Amino acid sequence: MATLKDVKNKIGAVKKTQQITKAMNMVAASKLRGAQTKMEGFRPYAEKFSEVLGSLSEKAGDEASPLLVPRESVKNVHVVLITSDRGLCGGFNINLTDKAKSFCNEQLTQDMDISFTNFGKKGRDWCRKKGFRRDDEYLGIVGANFDFSIASISGMKLIQGYMDGAYDEIYMIYSQFVSMARQTPVVKKLLPIPPIEKAETDNDPSAPYIAEHICEPSADALMNIMLPKSVHVQLYRALLETSTSEHAARMSAMNNATKACKDMIESLTLVYNKARQATITAELMDIVGGAEALKG
Amino acid sequence: MAGNIKLEIVTPSKSVVDDDAQIIVAPGTLGEFGVMIGHTPFLSSLKVGAIRYKDKGGTERVIFVSGGFAEVLPDKVTILAESAERRKDISIERAKSAFERAKRRLENEDRDIDFERAKAALERALYRLRILESPQAM
Repeated sequence: MATLKDVKNKIGAVKKTQQITKAMNMVAASKLRGAQTKMEGFRPYAEKFSEVLGSLSEKAGDEASPLLVPRESVKNVHVVLITSDRGLCGGFNINLTDKAKSFCNEQLTQDMDISFTNFGKKGRDWCRKKGFRRDDEYLGIVGANFDFSIASISGMKLIQGYMDGAYDEIYMIYSQFVSMARQTPVVKKLLPIPPIEKAETDNDPSAPYIAEHICEPSADALMNIMLPKSVHVQLYRALLETSTSEHAARMSAMNNATKACKDMIESLTLVYNKARQATITAELMDIVGGAEALKG
Repeated sequence: MAGNIKLEIVTPSKSVVDDDAQIIVAPGTLGEFGVMIGHTPFLSSLKVGAIRYKDKGGTERVIFVSGGFAEVLPDKVTILAESAERRKDISIERAKSAFERAKRRLENEDRDIDFERAKAALERALYRLRILESPQAM
């Protein structure tokens, strides 16, 4: 039976934990707001970019760039695994690494070689534990304040690896931000670039213009500049989505933890009050017993 | 003049300019080009440099871009750049220190891996400083 003091200490400890989780919840909430603003700020660029790329791909040949052509035999598969650096965000990282695991199991045959680029400590630790080859890692990016240059730098390295033949296919695994309550891990092919959606010409009145663009330098040359950039754009978006997801996941995890703390405090207070009442009753019994004895 | 053409400059972090312009001059890779309303559809990659435009009131404005793309439609110009800054947003200290850093890196030539990057950084810093030093009012 826990003594009165033990229960009191326990309540104090849970209260402290609650304060921490509450603070983390609020920090995550404010970071989430920042991440969401960043995502919204990126949208016009991304939309315009894919629009231009779409109209350009109509003019350029399907094999304008080696980045577009799938390799006949795929031996070296590279995965860009984007996770968070820190834990305490529910099943967020587990979901991502599970996705990576099932991807490895489903997609890969025996003779394929797999390697990873890690964004985030959690994914790196997972790869290390599983003994995968890790070619590159970027820590302190996801969930922090990063800009487009990090996507450019890592994107250039990946493209270089692809062009050199070190990788035949590159995928990325990241968390898509669906809503505050839902973040889904997704696998996306980064290279070779899947066929680009052609610009829609039927329902957009401004579309007829697009087909007649003069290109400077040539359409193929422009394509060759834009395709690597489109890899950067995709990476950047994945990083933004994962960051936003991380904060959302942490926010709801911390919200749950705070609620759990509250429940625990309630039940502990009940135990505490019961124990207190029991001692009072026992003391009363003692006094009454003592008084009876004196009378007698 | 038939009117103003819309100018939009967007970067991955935000939309820098959304304005009406009488004329826009941009640094294309094959040479500088000017655009007014009714221009034929046109797509070009851009070099590092300055985008100049005259707004509705006739004031000339300068914006730094670190390369990118320009899509020209008869009534609208969209510029996609990895970074773009209005003249008043350019930090002179940052540009100067970037300039010095790039210069130092280029001077010790033994590390040739960073050469292209250092050259690009030098170019960006130089254009930023040049925009700051140009006499046009903002």
